[in-house]
Amino acid sequence: MHEMSLCESVLQILESEAGRQGFSRVKAVWLEIGELSSVEIDAMRFSYDVVTRNSLADGSTLEIIRVPGTAWCMQCAQSVNIKQRFDACPDCGSYQLQVTGGEEMRIKELEVE
Amino acid sequence: MMCTVCGCGEGETRIEGEEPHHDHTHEHTHAHRHGDGHDHGHDHHHGEPGDLHYGKGPARAHAPGMDQARMIAIEQDILGKNDQYAAANRGRFAQLGVLTLNLVSSPGSGKTTLLTRTLRDLKEEMPLAVIEGDQETSNDADRIRATGVPAIQVNTGKGCHLDAHQVGHAVDHLGLQEGAVLMIENVGNLVCPAAFDLGEAHKVAILSITEGEDKPIKYPDMFHAADLLLLNKIDLLPHLQFDIARCMEYAQRVNPGIQILQVSATTGEGMDQWYRWLRLNREARLVGHATAAEPKPAEVPA
Repeated sequence: MHEMSLCESVLQILESEAGRQGFSRVKAVWLEIGELSSVEIDAMRFSYDVVTRNSLADGSTLEIIRVPGTAWCMQCAQSVNIKQRFDACPDCGSYQLQVTGGEEMRIKELEVE
Repeated sequence: MMCTVCGCGEGETRIEGEEPHHDHTHEHTHAHRHGDGHDHGHDHHHGEPGDLHYGKGPARAHAPGMDQARMIAIEQDILGKNDQYAAANRGRFAQLGVLTLNLVSSPGSGKTTLLTRTLRDLKEEMPLAVIEGDQETSNDADRIRATGVPAIQVNTGKGCHLDAHQVGHAVDHLGLQEGAVLMIENVGNLVCPAAFDLGEAHKVAILSITEGEDKPIKYPDMFHAADLLLLNKIDLLPHLQFDIARCMEYAQRVNPGIQILQVSATTGEGMDQWYRWLRLNREARLVGHATAAEPKPAEVPA
C-alpha cells in the first residue's frame, strides 16, 4: 500500500504550493500515472480520499491521466506500446526493449480557489 | 534530534534512539465505509462493488473558471521530495566513500541470515554498518548487533517500505565510518520499495529458490530496479522443483542487465562470488578517495 505514502506526498506538495501560489482550497487534482508505475489506481483513489480529509483538499476530485507504457525495441528500431515491463515487442517478439514512457507519477495541474 | 526540514509521509516511523517526531497519524483510515446515505454521481470502476467512496461531487463535472476557482499547472513528481532526500543521502555516502546497498526481497527469503553471514565473514576486512527496516520489533537489528556490526532499526509502522528521509535520520545515528559498506535491509516486500530511492548505489534483490521461479515477472518492478539478484538457499535445490534457468531468463526479461549469483547463506556455497562483487564495488567507490581504508599516497617531498 505505498499508494498511501504517495497520496501523503501529493498532499505535502499541495500544502507547500498553497503558500507559494496563494490559494486555500484545492477543488481538483490531475495526476499523471504511467501504466508501468506500479500504482494501483483504485488504491490511489481510496488513499487520496483518506489522506486529504480535513485538509485543504478535503472533498476534492482526483483525476487520473493514464500514460501508456512505451518502449524502444532494439531489434525493430522503433517505439512500441507495452502493457507490462516483461512484455515482448508486439512486432518481432524480442525482449530487448528499453522502456521509454509509462513510469510517470506526476502532479499535472490543480483547480484551486 | 529535531528535524527541521521534515517532509516524510509516514506518521508512525520509529528510529531507535530517536523520539518519534511525526505524530500526524491518519487514524481515520476506514471511516468512509458506506451507510451514510449520500449519493455519488460518478462511476469509478471499483475493485469491489459499490463499497468505496473516492471524493465528493460528480467527477469531470466541475467547470474551471467558475467562481474564484483557477487552474494551476505545477508539473511536479509525486516522489520529488523523496528523491531530494535520496540525493542528499547519496551525496553524503559519496563524500564518505561509503558503498550503500538496498537489500530487497519477500519476507522469508533468508535475507537476514544472508546478511548476518556476510557481516561475520567480512567484518574484519572492511567497516560495515546496517540499517534494518521492519514494520515492527527490533529483532532483526538485535540479530545484526550480535555479530558486532553497528545497526539501527527503523520501524515503519504501517509503512510498507523505507523512504530516503528515514534513512537519512538513521545515518545520523549510525556514525558511518569512511570507506564502509552500508547495508540497508528494506521491509520484506517486493512491490513498494521499488519506487523509493534511498540514495543507494545498488538495489540487491534476494530471491530464495523456495519461492516461485516466476517471481521476477510477477513483481517486475523490483527485478527491473535491481542490479544484482542473489538466488538464495541454493543448497535446497535437490529437494525442490525449481527451474533455475527459467528463473534467470524471467529476471533477464524484465532487466536484461541484471547480474545473477547463486548462493547459500547456510552452507556458504557461492558466497565467495557475492563477496567478490562487494569488494569490487567497494573498491570502485574508493578510487580517488583518501580514506584510512586505502593506502595513503606517498608524500611528495617539498
